[in-house]
Amino acid sequence: MAFDAYVKREFKQVGTRVARPDGVDKVTGRALYGADMVAPGMLVGRVLRSPHAHARIVSIDTSEAAAMPGVKGIVTGRDFSVPKDEFLADVAVNCLAQDKALYDGHAIAAVAAINATVARDALKKIKVEYEVLPHVTDIDVAAKPDAPVVLEGRALETVPAGMGANVTHRCEFGHGDLEAGFAKADKIVERSFRTAATHQGYIEPHACLASFTTDGRADLWVCTQGHFYFRTLCSEMLGMEASQLKVTASEIGGGFGGKTTVYLEPVALMLSKKTGRPVKMVMTRDEVFRATGPTVSTSIDVKIGMTKDGRITAGWADMRYSGGAFQCLTCEMGAQAAFAAYDLEAVQTVGWNVMTNRPKEAAYRAPGAPQAIYAVESVVDELCQGLGLDPLEVRIKNAAKKGTKASYGPTFDDIGLLATLEAAKKHPHYTAPLAEGQARGLSCGFWFNFGGNTCVTMNVNTDGTVGIAEGNPDIGGSRASISLMAAEELGIPYEKVRTIIADTASLGYADTTDGSRVTFAVGIATINAARDAIRKMCKRAAMLWGIDEDAVEWKDGAAHPAGPNAGKFPPMSLADIAAKSFQTGGPIAGHYEVNADGAGVSFGVHLCDVEVDKETGATKVVRYTVFQDAGKAVHPDYVEGQMQGGAAQGIGWALNEEYIYGADGRLQNPGFLDYRIPVASDLPPIEAVILEIPNPGHPYGVRGVGETSIVPPLAAISNAISRSIGTRLQELPMSPPRVLKAIKGAA
Amino acid sequence: MSVTVSTTVNGDSVDFVCAPDETLLDALRGRLGLTGAKEGCGTGDCGACSVTLNGRLVCSCLVLAVEAEGQEIATVEGMAAGETLHPLQRAFIDHAALQCGICTPGILVAAKALLEKTPDPSDEEVRYWLAGNLCRCTGYDKIVRAVQAAAAEMRRA
Ligand code: FES
Ligand code: FES
Repeated sequence: MAFDAYVKREFKQVGTRVARPDGVDKVTGRALYGADMVAPGMLVGRVLRSPHAHARIVSIDTSEAAAMPGVKGIVTGRDFSVPKDEFLADVAVNCLAQDKALYDGHAIAAVAAINATVARDALKKIKVEYEVLPHVTDIDVAAKPDAPVVLEGRALETVPAGMGANVTHRCEFGHGDLEAGFAKADKIVERSFRTAATHQGYIEPHACLASFTTDGRADLWVCTQGHFYFRTLCSEMLGMEASQLKVTASEIGGGFGGKTTVYLEPVALMLSKKTGRPVKMVMTRDEVFRATGPTVSTSIDVKIGMTKDGRITAGWADMRYSGGAFQCLTCEMGAQAAFAAYDLEAVQTVGWNVMTNRPKEAAYRAPGAPQAIYAVESVVDELCQGLGLDPLEVRIKNAAKKGTKASYGPTFDDIGLLATLEAAKKHPHYTAPLAEGQARGLSCGFWFNFGGNTCVTMNVNTDGTVGIAEGNPDIGGSRASISLMAAEELGIPYEKVRTIIADTASLGYADTTDGSRVTFAVGIATINAARDAIRKMCKRAAMLWGIDEDAVEWKDGAAHPAGPNAGKFPPMSLADIAAKSFQTGGPIAGHYEVNADGAGVSFGVHLCDVEVDKETGATKVVRYTVFQDAGKAVHPDYVEGQMQGGAAQGIGWALNEEYIYGADGRLQNPGFLDYRIPVASDLPPIEAVILEIPNPGHPYGVRGVGETSIVPPLAAISNAISRSIGTRLQELPMSPPRVLKAIKGAA
Repeated sequence: MSVTVSTTVNGDSVDFVCAPDETLLDALRGRLGLTGAKEGCGTGDCGACSVTLNGRLVCSCLVLAVEAEGQEIATVEGMAAGETLHPLQRAFIDHAALQCGICTPGILVAAKALLEKTPDPSDEEVRYWLAGNLCRCTGYDKIVRAVQAAAAEMRRA
């Protein structure tokens, strides 16, 4: 594998808690997010959405709306040609429906008008004739052969004959002899679980400002996790060349995977093209819930066998995932992640995708993994309970380690799972006495992490400062981490470095900010761009000294003659070399482009204590500790932030959050009042314990940290609740009514 | 129909013309260019639009712009004194109490209102006071610490 190997070193700046460069703008209200941009002559765009879960669009009459004063343009699905590529076609059809509305909230048409009021009024004048069709929103019902069919002919060849038309994909992973494995077990537990779809819940709704000029060029300002990918999607849908569309990423008010695909953007561009004016579009919260995000909803069976002394002999899971009204391959992630934490002789996981009349799934932090691992970790816990074993010891006994053949195929290199489990065991939380009525739960978590395409340009300014242009929107402090790595490598103070996120016209392609890839992959590119700049600076110093360039080395931010034979010259600092650059060949810049490999998987362990109110069924999390391997924490504050934030989202998922559909197929809780994410008073302090087991695939040992943290809370809390109430819930969220029902059922 | 509103924002007298059903949040953001207050929901559920009206903490998405007539409004843009950040602003940076930062203006305004009334709050008081301000990124831990650090600093001053 062509990755950039880890070399042990003493860090001077990496690992310190410096102030982030965008901090002042963000605490003063100056930072510009998606909805904060304006343009002269700007129109306001609004979307008309389907009130039906499933309906044929017989006709759309926009004439009355178009005739209204102040209405400047209207678009429908007919304004777009559906791309041939099936994946792209799904994205396009999700932005504006073609012949069918596929879920409550599916976009049908959009209006651009002189202001929001006129635009809203115009939507009411668009006449859509629907032929309402039978719908299905429940995954288990949708999988049946006689279920209403969401879309015909979408099944891949992976699906065996005889399945319902909504079943569109099957995948399988594993190794070993399951039957023999289960035969060796002293105890076998098989259970079924269901998890509700949840939303990423970013506080900033989707927003963009599109401006098309009459010569076919366009600018797009947008809150996105990946402006380069947005350029690809939008230019394909609008039939533009990539170079003609410049996309600038605004500051982004949270994404968690949900801002990795387009919704409004192609529509805004088309409206701008049609009207000849800039068009701004911002979703309401209701639209965000009904038409963007959510995760898959799932239905999962798990069977695990264990010996009396806690060795897992075999693991099997069959997991049905619904990614909404389109094809969705997230089941592959779940099926691969389910047993990743274990060193198993016999393991098999089967994943399925099932279409339902729900919004198109969007990635959410470790997509597919929390659900799968929740089911597996619940069964492992039940086995521990049944056999009277310590759940942490059992995990240590079965933990995947270097050399383990992972359940999804590869053999692990250096991984931090054992170290993480040992840290949890040693931590005072694990042995702290529990108060009356409290119980403790734990779970492992895992995520693959990703590398991918990245470009970095590093400009050495003549005053001795350094400017970095990179292409990944910064959601959680990555500009600080990138500046830190540059400062470390160059040997100059952090304060001398400024990192910006360049628009799509200014830099080569960058993959989206996802897969916990930014600090890892942009880090590799930054370190290597610095090395490129250093080579160039050494050459300039050699020129000024009149010696061979090989006779110059870089130390502590300056060029030095390498050894006594090179000649005696005082060190020449980056600032000295930069100041003379116009005389030595012109400006100095380092560059690096890479499709980074070797991201290095990440494991975490969460411990939690809960208290269940037996009268109301409400669960209070009273203590919570996160242990996670970061490889190397470049900026520990923001690593802790990822660990705490993921845990909080997982706690919400476990206890409260769910998409609730009525019998009419409409989403019943599209607002923060009824879709309740954790608030400050719901949560205890969340302690974050960072482990550093260097990733062999990164020069500083960095691993991605953003996603693993959402994986363990689901089972950790479920395991704690089941120990508290003496019976196990098999459905998420464990909302008060469900917990109460379980308590009553057990009594 | 439009209405002229005369009000005070962060100590400055301002006039603007708005529709009678326009929210204070829309007027601040759209008419006055003060985009520090954010719209996360428009229904009073997220607190991203928090400002104070005569010192009282409100969701500006639930206040009509015309209600600002003759009143005093304070937004996040008025928290720093020139180049000097408010202790809360400084503490939020120093304690990494923000990730994406979209909730930050509302939380700062809310926290300032808390500390004006309760200079020495318990962690629980901070958590309950901020329960109307959603943050999806941080899990609130560092926010609570930052508010306490700022409170301690303000008590010393
Ligand atoms: S925008 Fe006002 S409370 Fe959410
Ligand atoms: S920092 Fe992102 S919502 Fe609070």
